Amino acid sequence: MTDTVQSSLAETRAPAKVDLKTAVAKRLKARHAAEMRFRAYGVLAICVAVLFLGILLERIVHQGYTAFVTHSITTEVYLDPNRIDPTDIMGANYDQMITEQVMAKMGVAEDEYGTTSGEYKEILSPDLGFKALEALRDDPKLLGKKISLTSPIAANADLYYKGEISRDIVEADRNVSDQQMVWMDDLKTKGLVKGHFNTYLFTNTDSTQPELAGLLGAIMGSAMMLLVTAALAIPIGVGAALFLEEFAPKNRWTALIEVNINNLAAVPSIVYGLLGLAVFINWLGMPRSSPLVGGVVLALMALPTVIIATRSSLRAVPPSIREAALGIGASKTQAVFHHVLPLAMPGIMTGTIISLAHALGETAPLLMIGMISFVPGLPESVTSAASVLPVQIFIWENASERAFHERTAAAIIVLLVFMIVMNLAAILLRRRFERRW
Amino acid sequence: MTGYLFLALIVFSVASFMFGRSLARRKAAAQGVRAHSLPAFSGWFVAIWSFIPAAVVLLVLVIFGARLENAIVQSDVPAAVQQLPELNQGLFFQDVRAIANGGTPSTTVYDGELKAAFDHKVAQARSVDSTINLGAYVLTAVLALAGGLLAYTRISPQFRARNSVERWVSVFLVACSVVAILTTLGIILSLLWESLRFFQSVSPLDFLFGTHWSPQIAMRADQVGSSGGFGAVPLFIGTFLIMLIAMCVAAPVGLFSAIYLSEYATPFMRAWIKPVLEILAGVPTVVYGFFAALVVGPSFREFFNWLGAFMPGTPMGEYLMNVQNQMALVAGVVMGIMLIPFVSSLSDDIINSVPQSLRDGSLAMGATRSETIKKVVLPAALPGISGAMLLAVSRAIGETMIVTMAAGLQAKTTLNPLDTVTTVTVQIVTLLTGDQEFDSPKTLAAFGLGLTLFIVTLALNLIAQRIVQKYQEQYD
Repeated sequence: MTDTVQSSLAETRAPAKVDLKTAVAKRLKARHAAEMRFRAYGVLAICVAVLFLGILLERIVHQGYTAFVTHSITTEVYLDPNRIDPTDIMGANYDQMITEQVMAKMGVAEDEYGTTSGEYKEILSPDLGFKALEALRDDPKLLGKKISLTSPIAANADLYYKGEISRDIVEADRNVSDQQMVWMDDLKTKGLVKGHFNTYLFTNTDSTQPELAGLLGAIMGSAMMLLVTAALAIPIGVGAALFLEEFAPKNRWTALIEVNINNLAAVPSIVYGLLGLAVFINWLGMPRSSPLVGGVVLALMALPTVIIATRSSLRAVPPSIREAALGIGASKTQAVFHHVLPLAMPGIMTGTIISLAHALGETAPLLMIGMISFVPGLPESVTSAASVLPVQIFIWENASERAFHERTAAAIIVLLVFMIVMNLAAILLRRRFERRW
Repeated sequence: MTGYLFLALIVFSVASFMFGRSLARRKAAAQGVRAHSLPAFSGWFVAIWSFIPAAVVLLVLVIFGARLENAIVQSDVPAAVQQLPELNQGLFFQDVRAIANGGTPSTTVYDGELKAAFDHKVAQARSVDSTINLGAYVLTAVLALAGGLLAYTRISPQFRARNSVERWVSVFLVACSVVAILTTLGIILSLLWESLRFFQSVSPLDFLFGTHWSPQIAMRADQVGSSGGFGAVPLFIGTFLIMLIAMCVAAPVGLFSAIYLSEYATPFMRAWIKPVLEILAGVPTVVYGFFAALVVGPSFREFFNWLGAFMPGTPMGEYLMNVQNQMALVAGVVMGIMLIPFVSSLSDDIINSVPQSLRDGSLAMGATRSETIKKVVLPAALPGISGAMLLAVSRAIGETMIVTMAAGLQAKTTLNPLDTVTTVTVQIVTLLTGDQEFDSPKTLAAFGLGLTLFIVTLALNLIAQRIVQKYQEQYD
């Protein structure tokens, strides 16, 4: 641009002064316009980035917030001795019995083929039957008595109550029929079905039934895995950083370690998964899809970032601290462990928490070590099969039932809340303890 | 059980620390001399000796216990099992392990002689397991007690506890930094080893330059059809296409926001926009995958279908009407969004490290802000920025979840962004998350792909780091 300025100046030298003035003014105008354009590109780029974040969060909240509300049915169930054989309580058809009782209460007549009760059963949940069986197993004396049971309503019925299945769709294209809609409205007006905050999402573990599927197992699995990761990555990472920053002689070996760490930080996460599969599972025979193996793999992955963060906060501690400690007779180790490390601690914790938050959201390496199987219960120990939050999201996203989609978004919200809490903790820690020398 | 033992060991070591420290104090007081080391060092000395040897035994048990058990159980193969094909033999022992250790076995049913052999092996596995564990536990306890006692007897005011403890500390620190090297070695060796096994059945040339990818191999010899093709060129092209689209989004947006943030933005704006970008950087990739698969994919498809409806009858219109959710464009755009904060924060650092004197000189000559940036700052920062872009490319190539959830599985050789393509990482995930024997070429192919991925990203990172380093030296 400066070249064109000069050439245009050269061209305008010959004519009258007025022309030169206008030409310069024109030129300036063009240059200022270019300046404004350039600035606008910058604003535009930032707006695009902010817009993307906005759309991303809006869509997820939009799809997920409904999952935090659910509907459950509360009904009196008569444990009919005519239908339950006391010697074989497992053999009875509880679902059918409960459905017929609810139908009788609602005044819905059964037809001779039993199709009505079949359709009615679809809007209730098999969980009612399980609960009745469980109650009877715990206390066989309940046979012939009435008990009150509460359980989440079937996922499609729940979607209908929340207005996500509209009557406007052609009957064949939706999962609930017109007749079922009438029944459901009736159940609601009679007060059997109530909407409430979805506690099942946090107290249940994974299930093939969307209405029963919850995140407790995944949250526990994530917690266990993160514990393993923290227990390995923090001491090893801080130790390695201390060695490289405070003790290591500057030679070829330490240079190699440094290059190595920088490269490890940029290795794709899926490669760590392949490492975990080949070394920990196939070679060492550690249990597949366990939080232990997942934690070890994530620890290896988080290690470079922990080391890099620790080194930079160690570097921020001024040398005068070390020299003062050495000056009054402390050994090198004492100076580092008693003075430098405590002063660097806030920075170390901040970097560590951020890298642990990153590990919490990591999915790809966990798929490699087999963490994709359906785990219906709570993990008993770090060596038993478990699911973790991001993998749970992946599994639910693949499920075909529509009710799982809102649960996927809800699981994402839960994961994001955990990550935001961790990041906030890191930021607060930095604000509270940050010290400028 | 091992966990509880480890906790007990920690408690014992803490107790040893207390005992050692108080003994050192008492001895020094009794002799009326100043000890060589502070009493705490004596405590540490005893604690270290009661902890480390015992912990090493426990660690070896955790790491190699299962392996040793398998080796012993598989050392003699029953006659009935020997008649099975090799693949089923592996399955047999897998099931034995699953039953003995409380896992989920396969659905295979063993009867007759096999059933007897199976029960025998399960019993053997259980007894071997308990023997190994018991032995390790006893050894741990003995070592903890013996180490602690031996160290305890050595404590005296003359004993140089500090030097000894500090030697242990430096050994620990060196060991920590060696973990980083071991990780790299582990990655390289495991990828190389499995890839070599893969290349025994598929030639590396066919793998790198073949254009036919269909890893479904016939499970039985009499099956027809899928003969298996391991030409990875379609995957490389798909990966390249998605990376290219991602960089088309991330490079301009990231670079311009970095320029604006570092050159124009007021401190107040910076304080607000930086956290937004940090949030974008902190969003897990599985969330971006969900966003791509359920939000961006359907809306892009609807848009193109709508566009196609404007040109009825033309082949272009027909094509647009039939595009799928899983087009390369969707995965590429979402990956680009993911990379924006990465590109932006790296470029921001690099632009900020251009010396202020260069800007001042240019502004003093009458150049506008944008002219200064375009003619002075960016050329000076160019090597660093290209390094940052290379790092972003390497991230895009290695990214897994977005493409797994939003890109297709069909290996096509195309550069059309509206077509479905598949990538290296998608194939690794698909090959390894199915239920199959580990030794088939299908699963080993994943390691071949992994090795390629590792080499390419490593090369990109090394080049990028070299460029950034060289550039930084110029101004320091």
